[in-house]
Amino acid sequence: MSEKVIKGIKFGILSPDEIRRMSVTAIITPDVYDEDGTPIEGSVMDPRLGVIEPGQRCPTCGNVIGSCPGHFGHIELVRPVLHVGYVKHVYDLLRATCRRCGRIKLGEEELERYYKIYSAIKNRWPSAAKRVIEYVKRASMKNAICPHCGEKQFKIKLEKPYNFYEERKEGVIRLTPSDIRDRLEKIPDQDIELLGYDKEHSRPEWMVLTVLPVPPITIRPSIMIESGIRAEDDLTHKLVDIVRINERLRESIDAGAPQLIVEDLWDLLQYHVATYFDNEIPGLPTSKHRSGRPLRTLAQRLKGKEGRFRGNLSGKRVDFSSRTVISPDPNISIDEVGVPVDIAKILTVPEKVTKWNIDKLRELVINGPEKWPGANYVIRNDGRRIDLRYVKDRKEFASTLAPGFIVERHLMDGDIAIFNRQPSLHRISMMGHKVRVLPGRTFRLNLLVCPPYNADFDGDEMNLHVPQSEEAISEAREIMIVHRNILTPRYGGPIIGSAQDYISGAYLLTVKSTVLTEEEVQIILGVVDLQKELGEPAILAPKRLYTGKQIVSLFIPEDFNFHGQANISSGVRVCKDEDCPHDSYIVIKKGKLLEGVFDKKAIGNQQPESILHWLVREYGEDYVLWLMDNLFKAFIRYIELHGLTMTLDDVTIPKEAIDKIAEKAKEANKEVLELIEKYNRRELEPLPGRNLEESLENYILDALDKLRNASGEIATMYLDPFNNAYIMARTGARGSVLNITQMAAMLGQQSVRGERIYRGYSKRTLPHFKPGDISPEARGFVYSSFRRGLSPIETFFHAAAGREGLVDTAVRTSQSGYMQRRLINALADLRAEYDGSVRTLYGEVIQTLYGGDGVHPMYSAHGKTVDVDRIIERVAGWRR
Amino acid sequence: MRSASKKLDPTIHDLVPKHEVLSVEEAYTVLKQLGIGPEQLPWLKATDPVARAIGAKPGDIVKITRKSRTGGEIVTYRYVISG
Repeated sequence: MSEKVIKGIKFGILSPDEIRRMSVTAIITPDVYDEDGTPIEGSVMDPRLGVIEPGQRCPTCGNVIGSCPGHFGHIELVRPVLHVGYVKHVYDLLRATCRRCGRIKLGEEELERYYKIYSAIKNRWPSAAKRVIEYVKRASMKNAICPHCGEKQFKIKLEKPYNFYEERKEGVIRLTPSDIRDRLEKIPDQDIELLGYDKEHSRPEWMVLTVLPVPPITIRPSIMIESGIRAEDDLTHKLVDIVRINERLRESIDAGAPQLIVEDLWDLLQYHVATYFDNEIPGLPTSKHRSGRPLRTLAQRLKGKEGRFRGNLSGKRVDFSSRTVISPDPNISIDEVGVPVDIAKILTVPEKVTKWNIDKLRELVINGPEKWPGANYVIRNDGRRIDLRYVKDRKEFASTLAPGFIVERHLMDGDIAIFNRQPSLHRISMMGHKVRVLPGRTFRLNLLVCPPYNADFDGDEMNLHVPQSEEAISEAREIMIVHRNILTPRYGGPIIGSAQDYISGAYLLTVKSTVLTEEEVQIILGVVDLQKELGEPAILAPKRLYTGKQIVSLFIPEDFNFHGQANISSGVRVCKDEDCPHDSYIVIKKGKLLEGVFDKKAIGNQQPESILHWLVREYGEDYVLWLMDNLFKAFIRYIELHGLTMTLDDVTIPKEAIDKIAEKAKEANKEVLELIEKYNRRELEPLPGRNLEESLENYILDALDKLRNASGEIATMYLDPFNNAYIMARTGARGSVLNITQMAAMLGQQSVRGERIYRGYSKRTLPHFKPGDISPEARGFVYSSFRRGLSPIETFFHAAAGREGLVDTAVRTSQSGYMQRRLINALADLRAEYDGSVRTLYGEVIQTLYGGDGVHPMYSAHGKTVDVDRIIERVAGWRR
Repeated sequence: MRSASKKLDPTIHDLVPKHEVLSVEEAYTVLKQLGIGPEQLPWLKATDPVARAIGAKPGDIVKITRKSRTGGEIVTYRYVISG
């Protein structure tokens, strides 16, 4: 056969002739199988429609199962029926054309003029041409008398889904599909084009079906369930219904049955044909299976998330993939993934046999599919695929291995795999990892790569895909691998970085008070890969002691300089310059950490313009990969030595403080009562743009907010700033200062929908209060702390506010998911051209320069094209 | 220039960037530079208040100069269509 090129695709409506031409047989019997279970000729399972059983040859084309494409049959409908998909178009055409002569109801010259405009613009401006058609249609519909034959027109009504009526003088008359077809046939070819149809490929009368195509069996296979019972496809069921009614209608007409019975059957035929196309038509009862399950007919196969387009074409199930629970492993590299042995024995990589790897592959073949590392299949030079499970003597078989064979060997250490966690919202939800085969049943991943996947270990599952082709493998290895994605393309900051214990550990190691003996230093540095002289300790006498800052400095490049505030620089411990008593201003000069601690602002994830960020930009991703695998591991080792926990004492404040807070609470309460009193006397000053009630609410909220802040301040004053809970909050490892004050001092106002809680009974939240009570405690203010415990009423309010949070997240995820889907579909085909412009596939310009500055955010300094300050400092030095 | 409605001139508004109608030669160079036909530019309706205010006719190309947070001052073009 000669090679052919697809030049274009033409969509049209199947004509009855074409349906008959492509059909191999007419379908006439509603019975499908005879007594011995063979399909009846002339039924919807006619063997000529295609092969179903393996080994069978197709009576039509002579092919065996996979090669026979299947063949269409057809049903001759005794009476025509409307195609539901075209009802709207039929309605338009009936109204826009004359009921007697079928012409468009516009004058001859006018039609001529529109036709000229239409043919002039239809190729160059298809969307404008569509508007011309629309205009012609509308104009024609308005005309009540045909200018060609003078016939008076009647109003045509469509009763959904598919009944047409004509409002004549003598009354409302139903138009049968036959009447409609007659009218559509009358529309002349010259007018058809101006109505937007193609006289060759989509004559309007074809929208009323006289012949129904019966799709091949391959499209609606019957399935054998256990005990040999055959279950037919939904489409087959529907087709049987259509044939049955069609035959009954034929018999009734032949027998001269009364008009009423014929019309009922005709209507039924129309219903079955309509639901055969779409079983979710509004206004029609859905056609059901015997069990009561709605039938999945043609439209349902295509539509929606599980339909053909979204479910089978845009996305499909794939081979060489696996899924299991994830668990953490701080000891593997950030670009590795721990794969269970059981999975490694199933996933394979094809490896071509060469004279250099033949010995290694022979060994794998001998190991076979059961023992890791082994192989599952061998593809010989002749293309035969040998399953190693059924090879009797693998040793002998391995000796036949020759260059050119392909061995599908087990997944081994160092292979590349693509790791993914849903929802895959951005490209770093899928990254390349090097495989590390480990015992156990879970995927293992380094904690530092949790942020891009948004993963935690409360039962999360992830997917692993093994690329098979050389191109895919090298692409995954060079572009997708984790350390090429430390910087996020969203804003250019490092998305991979430390969280939680890494930050606490880094702080505890670098804090001023940490001094280490040589032995301790050896324990910490025992986990890292570093060849460097340790140097003299900072403290020589009375004991030789190293500082934590000295340890960290070993890992920093010798020409690296940095200065900036740490996360702990806040509140009373804020420092804006290098002369800092709180150690909260970081200064690194020539790779030595001179001052300040490492915390979230320095090494945390998603922290742009941090030490980590500049290290990635200035020293490269490979260096930072090494840093994360070694320095960060040292942080963990130190926190193991030091220990970090939280006790009740960390949030316990002395009696004195409790009294002070109670005092404040009393004052605030009084203030609120005064406000209410003033409101009652109408003396309250209303806020701009608010009425009196709203103003009162605002004043109360302000007063109560002040109370919580005040009690928080009192609590922090009495709390040890170096207790573990406080350290975690200040360094940004976990929790916030607010969380701590809520535990130690006062929980504060609970809110639903941003207002004080007022829902429940009429005029009160709970029956414990008088109706109309708007005092703080009756509207969800919690005076207690978590430490002291909440009263039953307070607990109720807290639960009410907590519930809102849960509902919000559930609602938000579905909404943002839908928005993202639409944005992706809208932007999917845009691309940046070599001249920097953003264009569609058709060359339409969206932006003349990408983003206005032509800068990829991933390679920018936190959105800026260049960070001038940083560059000046790097070149000229800081303060010189 | 006053707009046709004589009620409001959008071009003096703070948030409306500078619009100018390009001469045929200028328009030609712009299209040449981008390597496109005029209809491949984003469209601007002739009934758009700003188009009316600067007197842009269908077929014209309008140059828009606006301030951008990322790129300082950026230039884009619009093809004026009837409607």
